[in-house]
Amino acid sequence: METQRITGAEAVMKCLRFENITTIFGYPGGAIMPIYDALYDYQESIRHILVRHEQGAVHAAQGFARAGGHTGVVFATSGPGATNLITGLADALIDSTPIVCITGQVASHLLGTDAFQETDVIGISMPVTKWNIQVTRAEDIAPALAKAFYIATSGRPGPVLVDITKDAQFGLTDFHYEKCTEIRSYRPVPVPDRALLAEVATLINSAQKPYLLVGQGILLSHAEERLLHFAEKTGIPVASTLLGLGAFPADHPLYVGYLGMHGNYAPNLLTNECDVLIAVGMRFDDRVTGDVSRYAKQAKVIHIDIDASELNKIIPATVAVHADANQALEILFDLVQENQHGRWLQQFRELEAVERTEVIEPAVFPDAEKLNMARVINELSAWNKRHHDLIVVTDVGQHQMITSRYFDYLQARTNITSGGLGTMGFALPAAIGASLARPDKTVVAIIGDGGFQMTIQELGTILQHGLSVKIIILNNHFLGMVRQWQQLFFDRRYSFTEIVNPDFVTIVSGYRIPAQQVDVGHAFSQALETLLKTEGSAFLECVVEREENVFPMIETGASVAEIRLN
Amino acid sequence: MEKQRYNISVFTENTIGILNRLTIIFTRRHINIDSITASETELKDVYRYTIVLHETELQVRKVVGQLEKQVDVLKAFYHCDAEIVYQELALMKVRLDENRMPELEQIIRKHNARLLSVSPEYAVFELTGHEEAINHIVADLNTFDLLEFARSGRVAVTKPMKTLEAFINELV
Repeated sequence: METQRITGAEAVMKCLRFENITTIFGYPGGAIMPIYDALYDYQESIRHILVRHEQGAVHAAQGFARAGGHTGVVFATSGPGATNLITGLADALIDSTPIVCITGQVASHLLGTDAFQETDVIGISMPVTKWNIQVTRAEDIAPALAKAFYIATSGRPGPVLVDITKDAQFGLTDFHYEKCTEIRSYRPVPVPDRALLAEVATLINSAQKPYLLVGQGILLSHAEERLLHFAEKTGIPVASTLLGLGAFPADHPLYVGYLGMHGNYAPNLLTNECDVLIAVGMRFDDRVTGDVSRYAKQAKVIHIDIDASELNKIIPATVAVHADANQALEILFDLVQENQHGRWLQQFRELEAVERTEVIEPAVFPDAEKLNMARVINELSAWNKRHHDLIVVTDVGQHQMITSRYFDYLQARTNITSGGLGTMGFALPAAIGASLARPDKTVVAIIGDGGFQMTIQELGTILQHGLSVKIIILNNHFLGMVRQWQQLFFDRRYSFTEIVNPDFVTIVSGYRIPAQQVDVGHAFSQALETLLKTEGSAFLECVVEREENVFPMIETGASVAEIRLN
Repeated sequence: MEKQRYNISVFTENTIGILNRLTIIFTRRHINIDSITASETELKDVYRYTIVLHETELQVRKVVGQLEKQVDVLKAFYHCDAEIVYQELALMKVRLDENRMPELEQIIRKHNARLLSVSPEYAVFELTGHEEAINHIVADLNTFDLLEFARSGRVAVTKPMKTLEAFINELV
């Protein structure tokens, strides 16, 4: 190992190089200036993306991490720079995304004095980080960052924050970097219990109506292929959570659809008919379960998760297996028998046909003049079936649910969305991150007119760095999901959900991004093709039906079996 | 599921902010902590928190899962009162009244309290015992002028014979 005396700030850069970090999203400020000064000398090996707001930096890092399977790294200054990270940290924590945030802090002798741009970043970020630490001495930077990267990426991934005081950045230290591979109090990867898995296999082998629910854990543990082989060997139908979309190919004959409040009809309804429910790498979010007291009561529940605290948290498991999804599926594969469940699968297909006739066909093939959300997404999905080149990033709201319903995700890590936290404003910066992680793909951000304006300033990031993001705005002049709820549950009292929008095409054009607007159905296909064939970034505003609702829907408090089609 | 008293023992690394990391888990779930104590254990740099609360077992189990999930937590357990040996310490500072000395002496004898310090105006004595024992002496003293009263919160050790070291060795 090399040893040389350098500043704490340079130590930060060297640590990042040791961790093979090539991309940072950040925003400079007073307390992080020494680190930015060190970064100046590392521009050839580390690309820094200057965002327009620190929230954008975290979301971009999230998109980068989730599209590429990397660790997202963020720089921000103290005080407001750090507090602006909080929404992104909360989002990354609940959606298990590996992020390392490095924040500058006032000099250590000023801590607690209400110094300029001082906030208690450790205190504020504690509930929204997997781990955080404040470093006040240059020599502690390397060990802190080594731990930070290990913790962020191992086990169930999550965001970590390392707050470095300005004197620690300026201070001199001998540099010695040792990658962290073990922490006494932290065991990220459990050893799978083979006896329990044998019990699981027995349940699966004797099941008449087994049913696999998969979540993002499949993607995080790189278990996509094992899942495919496992499902094919056992013939078990597979449904996916919102964050699991893409973990199992949507065009596979065993795939039965998307779970949850606005998911597909069959996979929700039949949750209450299966006899063995096998949940892998998912956490029974309330948007998936509906009323938990009436959720899969008839079934034996097998729950496999790497996070022990998720087991028996929401749904009591018949067999709870604390394991990495990939390892568990690998062991299970050898223990399960080849099987087929044709009649059971047929039940899904029959209900799917009902949904197709009653919901899908009218939504995706409206009359020629009509432009609605489902049509947009259906055509985008059709493009992807021909080209296999899209990563789809969604924001939060109706457009997100419509995309999850009508876009057929065929590959892993092509679906990036804010699931657990439901952060409006997520998509544009996340798409920026995704485009940097996967330059071989076409990244399409689908955003509502509300969410777009929450982080619209990141258009400047796209402009400055010449990034390639295709932006589709589904503009219904409403905060549509809230409006839908007001219509259904609040007697059509549209309290502050109508939104007066600016001329998006003019604004986006101001950022020198080619922009077009389409407001009639027959013109859409051509507009979409133009968008996707444009080199670099491009923008398409789709003026859609004002009061379109997303169905099916499981109302709050209803059981999955009470999913309504309209 | 009925609420009852539970004792959570958390063993942690000695890091800045760990107490905050533990307590926000309770805050977030709107759970009140009845008492919390912290001290170094028989192992250097390993700290023990004893947290007493009134909750359902299901909720306690979930909370313990969240506590254990924290990177700097080595291990967390929960026990009901029957599974632990526990004790609390209270210090009482009472104004002395010459006319009532025999009465005060009787109370001290009855509760097996220990005199720590005496001055012409006041006496300080100590009682260790279960919370109820301390409540009883406080009740007996209610006609006296109790100048100051402080109690430590519960400390506890578990009845099962397994050393902390054994648990920690299993971790590494």
